[in-house]
Amino acid sequence: MVDLTSRGIGGPITSQLVDLTPHLPVLPIVLPLAVAGFMLLLEERRRIFKAGLGAATMAALVLASFVLLNAVAGEADGVIVYRLGDWPAPFGIVLVVDRLAALMLMVTSLLGLASFLFAVSGWAIVSPRFHSLFLLLVMGINGAFLTGDLFNLYVFFEVLLAGSYGLLLHGSGRARVKAGLQYIAVNLGSSMLFLIGCGLIYAVTGTLNMVDIMRVAADLSTHDATLFRAGLAVLSVAFLTKAGVWPLSFWLPVAYPVATPPVSAMFVIMTKVGAYVLLRTVALASGVPETGVVEFLSPWLLYGGIATVVFGSMGLLASSHLPRIASYATLVTAGTLVAAVGTSDQRVISGALYYMIGSTLATGAAFLLAELITRLRPAEAPQAADAAVEPVFGDDYETSLQTDFEGYEVGIAIPAGTAMLGGAFVVAALVLAGLPPLSGFLGKFAIVSGVLSGGPELSWAAWVLAGVVLFSGLATLIALMRKGIDAFWRPGEETVAEVRSLEALPIGILLALCVALTLFAAPVVTYLDATGAYLANPVEYAKNVLEFGP
Amino acid sequence: MELVTAVGIGVVAAAGVWLVLRPRTFQVILGMSLLTYAVNAFLLTMGGLRVGAPPVLESVVAPDPAEYVDPLPEGLVLTSIVISFSMTALYLVVLLTSRGLTGTDHVDGEESP
Repeated sequence: MVDLTSRGIGGPITSQLVDLTPHLPVLPIVLPLAVAGFMLLLEERRRIFKAGLGAATMAALVLASFVLLNAVAGEADGVIVYRLGDWPAPFGIVLVVDRLAALMLMVTSLLGLASFLFAVSGWAIVSPRFHSLFLLLVMGINGAFLTGDLFNLYVFFEVLLAGSYGLLLHGSGRARVKAGLQYIAVNLGSSMLFLIGCGLIYAVTGTLNMVDIMRVAADLSTHDATLFRAGLAVLSVAFLTKAGVWPLSFWLPVAYPVATPPVSAMFVIMTKVGAYVLLRTVALASGVPETGVVEFLSPWLLYGGIATVVFGSMGLLASSHLPRIASYATLVTAGTLVAAVGTSDQRVISGALYYMIGSTLATGAAFLLAELITRLRPAEAPQAADAAVEPVFGDDYETSLQTDFEGYEVGIAIPAGTAMLGGAFVVAALVLAGLPPLSGFLGKFAIVSGVLSGGPELSWAAWVLAGVVLFSGLATLIALMRKGIDAFWRPGEETVAEVRSLEALPIGILLALCVALTLFAAPVVTYLDATGAYLANPVEYAKNVLEFGP
Repeated sequence: MELVTAVGIGVVAAAGVWLVLRPRTFQVILGMSLLTYAVNAFLLTMGGLRVGAPPVLESVVAPDPAEYVDPLPEGLVLTSIVISFSMTALYLVVLLTSRGLTGTDHVDGEESP
């Protein structure tokens, strides 16, 4: 820990600024928490101020993630360890920023900024306290990516789930409350499995630091090792539920489509939290082969991931409603990522991470587009059956609920709204279906080439994985093409869609990022290849966490 | 003592699982509460069951760790009690909202035919 007071005061001003960077890893957690708490004190009527403050916070998080990303990308084994309360690991809780965590932070803050901007253009006002809940969700997600402590991970999972419960119910209405009831029940159940797994692992290892758990697990007696695996299995069920892996994924296509569009867009990153934790577990375990954890988990992840991709593709073929299509596309991405983790092949993992970035951003954009597309045919728009009936927490919210936001519109209407919607739809569809020239194609190509370059004695599972990844692209393409023809080409009463600048901007940001991901593929792929190589050899990570001295 | 605790936790957890799988929201929330109790009790036993061993040091001078029980599981249980209690309270609110909006206490929001 850098003691700021002991520094000379005569130094150049830049060095004093640099001195604050040791505290940067905690910023993605503390900043949204502080701002969310502050916003609770403000009246609901000050929505413009809240919107500005929230957007500034999200922008600051993008900046912080970028600085962290640059800091860890500079070295081959770049790891920043931040000890909360300056207690040495494994006794205290550590936050760890490595290549993988920094990447996930970056994706979260970009998706969060876009979703938040879209929300403040209207949806944020349909129920109270949207801004605080959104920031708490972001805090939980960031915390889950950063923490190096198993129980702390549980706490951050609960924070992000608590935020997601509130956000799913945002806007209220029968469909949302019904979905929320089931979503909360499933997640309460999986949280209990998380606790049981945590308890079993602590009982046999006596530590909660993830690196230390793996270190201790290497020398367990046969009896304890069985208990350890049981604990890990229970824990993995909880993670697989969060990741939406079949057959633990039935909650996802129920919950995501009924949430308000900006909330669904932000939820896309939540399944990646589960996949991220699984990847982290396998990566840490691969440094300690004596535990046998990788051999134990990998087949489950591989087959579970393949089944998820197949299930998601079936769902895609059966869906005609864009939010449902996007929900199943989320499942396909999650399944691909989990199956890639199951291969334990660093090329496949790096390809899957590249695919995950693009498809997360594009799925978010698809959720945002879904509502705008219904404006093309207002007569056929689903009447407010799902939408607002009465507020859930209606204490300081006196205006009746509305979905047309008359009088609260932010930004100006942009011309050629229909053309913009059509163009954005095509870009999102190309990325999701994995067609050239955009990033989805490069990602899928990297996965398939990684899977098939495993040597002459390819396992049947590798062929199946390559096959289902390509099949999921076809299914996505069919579903999106059907939806596109229905939305844009079908003759009928069509009006010129009114799209306001603040609604177009977030979609523009997300899709521009997808295009940029393709144009600047070389540095991104270099970074991800280094991430894959580094995850396959976590010795530096472990050394840094445990031996990070003052 | 181990046997009694294990059977007790197992019975409570089994009752909780059965209730969670019932179709009425009130049964589900009771089941959730029971499961929470079982999981918290389970977590508490993870430091080992001991009688007459406090988790807090009594003398600061040369304490003998063998006389004390592991305090960490108790800290974890405290956290998990707070979290699960608040989540149950939140679930109760959603349950009542669902009852108000759908007019039924079935988890699907409609009576099964």
